[in-house]
Amino acid sequence: MSASSIKTEKLAGWNRPPVIESDGEGELLEVAMGPHHPSTHGVFRMDVVLDGERVIKLKPVFGYLHRNHEQLGERQSYLASMPYTDRLDYFCSLTNNWAYALAVEKLVGQAVPERAEYLRVILAELTRIQNHASTIGFLLQEMGASGTPLMYAFREREKILDLFESLTGSRMMCNYMRFGGCRVDASPAWIEATRKVVSGLNSFVDEFENFLMTNEILMARCQGIGVLKPDLAVNAGISGPMLRATGVNYDIRKVDHYGIYDRFKFRVPLGDHGDIYDRYMVRMLEMRESISILNQALKDVPAGPVMDPKAKIRNFRPKAGESYGRIEAPKGELGFYLISDGSPNPYRYRVRPPSLINLTVLEDMCLGSNVADVVLIFGSVDIVLGEVDR
Amino acid sequence: MLGDGILKGLVETARNFAGSYVSKERMTTVEYPEERLPLPEAARNFPFLVYDGDDWEKGLRCVACQICEKECPPKCIYIEKSKDKKPDYVGKPQIYPAKFDIDISVCMSCQICVEVCPFEAIKMNTEFELATDDRFAGLLLDRKQLSRSNEYYHQIHPTEASEVDARLAEEKAKVEAKAKAAAEAAAAKAAAAPAVGSPATPAAKPAAPVEAKPAPAAIAAEVAKAPVAATAPAAPKPLPGTGSDGTAPMSAEDKKAAETPAKPDEGEPKAQGEPKE
Repeated sequence: MSASSIKTEKLAGWNRPPVIESDGEGELLEVAMGPHHPSTHGVFRMDVVLDGERVIKLKPVFGYLHRNHEQLGERQSYLASMPYTDRLDYFCSLTNNWAYALAVEKLVGQAVPERAEYLRVILAELTRIQNHASTIGFLLQEMGASGTPLMYAFREREKILDLFESLTGSRMMCNYMRFGGCRVDASPAWIEATRKVVSGLNSFVDEFENFLMTNEILMARCQGIGVLKPDLAVNAGISGPMLRATGVNYDIRKVDHYGIYDRFKFRVPLGDHGDIYDRYMVRMLEMRESISILNQALKDVPAGPVMDPKAKIRNFRPKAGESYGRIEAPKGELGFYLISDGSPNPYRYRVRPPSLINLTVLEDMCLGSNVADVVLIFGSVDIVLGEVDR
Repeated sequence: MLGDGILKGLVETARNFAGSYVSKERMTTVEYPEERLPLPEAARNFPFLVYDGDDWEKGLRCVACQICEKECPPKCIYIEKSKDKKPDYVGKPQIYPAKFDIDISVCMSCQICVEVCPFEAIKMNTEFELATDDRFAGLLLDRKQLSRSNEYYHQIHPTEASEVDARLAEEKAKVEAKAKAAAEAAAAKAAAAPAVGSPATPAAKPAAPVEAKPAPAAIAAEVAKAPVAATAPAAPKPLPGTGSDGTAPMSAEDKKAAETPAKPDEGEPKAQGEPKE
């Protein structure tokens, strides 16, 4: 394949935005949806150009929640960035912790004890379940199923957050993982409580599926709306459930086998159409797979330390070098890129936020659909503004 | 059939609605101010300073090493070192924080100060009803507002607190055993030349056995400068947890220890050391 053909192929994927002509009747209306819009999960603005009800242009505007995360990371010690990673995607602080810990562990070649790896997998999968449950809850809420599904999801999420609180001390800002393990050990009582919660999760997913999966109104609003083509998804760097809903088999747990994911048997749910309904279903099925991973992991959590005794907490100075640690966060590929120059703080600290990159194709998905669908499509992307703006 | 899905969903809603009357599982909320859920033991909110004993100012474990101030990610701790010293839990004179403020409007409850503290002096509190109408001064807590007794710590984090206590007791025993060995060695030396030391002993009571070596006139000054480290715990109260291993080697030196006048003063090493001038 010659260089020029690669270029054209790339351009074919990026042939965007597909121009939607107005029908020539009436005036175009420009609406700023946001920054304070109940459906935007935070402060996010969509400048929408409407022709009647149809969207013919959409410009996402973000940055309202910018908190200088990367600059802070470069000004501070490696450890001090850990609690800040909680605040990226505040729904999934434990996976953020893990991604950052993984990047630093790669940087210094730090090993992680077996028990800590198990705890990490358990916590990450619990995080995935509560994230997907609440995402679906929010999506349905935006669809008009006001309150009920969200409350059912939050009821389950609360059980998981209680587990987080009793282990890490905080419901959402866990700050639990450290370079070379985890901060505190889980008691046998905690493991038992987790088993109990996990055993109840299957019936929750059943209930959630019965509740709305085959609902005719939901199907009418979701199917065929906000379609994302796989080639555009790949070219735009989309990851996570959004990518898998388009049918691309790419799960970093399977690709990288980071942690100890190669020991567990699980399937990667794939969508077919790349519409809202597929995204919703992929999340639903991922919850099932997470439960199966949890069941396998909880079967035999090995005894032992949770922290490598050689790991340092203070005076942590990695040798000069660079590393990129990435994990399959509930929202997609979450990566941390670090460059060390041998000083106590990183020379460069970069976050690859799945929320932001998944948001880049928002216009492509929304063009031509109705305003009411924009809210749904946006909800199905599953973003947290804390991570988009950082 | 069209409408199947909706009916299925409604059945689920009905089950939940009816279930909320019978199953505790489905009724998850509590009426907060009247009804409270117990906090888990690991719960954390904002830091507090632990003190031993009854006097918060005297018993503060913090030695103003400023590690937490340095490691705190949002930099919400402000410490000023004291000019003078006071004895810590092993009786060693230490600097204490003349000022220790935490701005809890900045604090993000990350617990890193607790992790890095080598003196078990700062711990996480579980109090959460901290609303105030004064958002600047009201949320800048000084060391008096921050200090809580060790008993309180035991109350909120029982397991953790007893672990900490055990660790501190072990450390204390280690220091005491070391000091005792040093004292014995000094006493042995002093015993070799008891004639020189004898006139000085009444003048410099607490430090006499160890400091017997220097000239008698200098002793008072030496004591004033407070190298209590060696002297204060010279005759330790054996701790319950750690036993009295020290006694075995001491038996050989018993007579020398007996003739030193240090014993009566040493009942409580902590109360004894007042190194200020």
